[in-house]
Amino acid sequence: MVGEAEVWEALEEIPDPEIPVVSLVDLGVIRSVDVSNGHVRIEFTPTFLGCPALEVMKRAMEEKIPGAEVRVIQDDSWSTDRITPAGREKLRAAGLAPPAPREASAPKLVQLQANVFRCPYCGSTKTRLENIFGPTPCRSLRYCESCHQPFEQFKTI
Amino acid sequence: MSEQALLGLADDELVLGWRDSEWTGIAPLLEEDVAFSSIAQNEIGHARAVYELLAGADGDADALAFDRKPEEYRCAPLVELHLLEWAHTIARRWLYEVADEIRITALKDDSDSAVAGLAAKIDREEAYHRMHAEMWHDRLRDEPRFRKAVEELWPYAVGMLPEELRPELAVRTGLDLPSNTVLQGRQRGSHTEELAPLWEEMTMVRRSAPAGAQW
Repeated sequence: MVGEAEVWEALEEIPDPEIPVVSLVDLGVIRSVDVSNGHVRIEFTPTFLGCPALEVMKRAMEEKIPGAEVRVIQDDSWSTDRITPAGREKLRAAGLAPPAPREASAPKLVQLQANVFRCPYCGSTKTRLENIFGPTPCRSLRYCESCHQPFEQFKTI
Repeated sequence: MSEQALLGLADDELVLGWRDSEWTGIAPLLEEDVAFSSIAQNEIGHARAVYELLAGADGDADALAFDRKPEEYRCAPLVELHLLEWAHTIARRWLYEVADEIRITALKDDSDSAVAGLAAKIDREEAYHRMHAEMWHDRLRDEPRFRKAVEELWPYAVGMLPEELRPELAVRTGLDLPSNTVLQGRQRGSHTEELAPLWEEMTMVRRSAPAGAQW
């Protein structure tokens, strides 16, 4: 019979469809795993509501763990703060700057325009905001003034 | 909040998402092409989440989104307008985001925890739409062409909100509330002639393949 630890291990092997360097566990989208009487129940919290990867993730979980019931929780419980330290490091190594920590109030444009976001390639904070929006809902575009490399910045939500 | 009001929120986001996506490929700046496409994707994602909430676990959110007749939609006339002109497009985005923030803030305190939880999540994403709208508003606020667009669209923005939330919108935008005569035909409950052609296009696949389209 499958145990909770095995389910978590299986989930760790499912890559994010759009950022395959991180797994669903790295991303922090699995809120809970419950196994009782052989029935597996997974609570899954979407990242961005318009993200097309959500359907792919849900199907991947159902395929990987046959018979699992995947419940989608649409509340505010997922935040970019739930990305694990290992997940953040994998993002950075792939050239995608990990998100800044969530603050009590919503992020402001002046914060995004500030020189505090670190370039994932050279580590400089001399970076500027190019576009609040990027190729997927979760990313902004920045440019590093030090190594002249454009890069993607994970948005904080 | 009533189901009708939630349906109004979902329909606004769906229809505005559709309108925003009309800039994909033809926006005046490449950066705005990316921005409008991403905003549209978010808005339609919000609509989907609200339709799913309204439909319930066994319900059909797609049926709610696409199987109604145009006159049964609860969207505000503001989002229906076909505005392929930049000053009006930005004026609408700005007015919509200010009004939407007031509405979403109220929803975050809803007595139904599922509604309040979803509103909080939507609010986190909308913060980025607001930044985008504010950035453009700051840049264009003194331009006569933009001022004119804001004046034209202002009654429509007021018509998006229920009466009790309108004074706050007036304070935030610094504009005076219009008379009831001006609001006529521009408030939620009325529709513009521009909704029907949008609906024709938006529901075309659904109507042509009722059993579900295969790609």
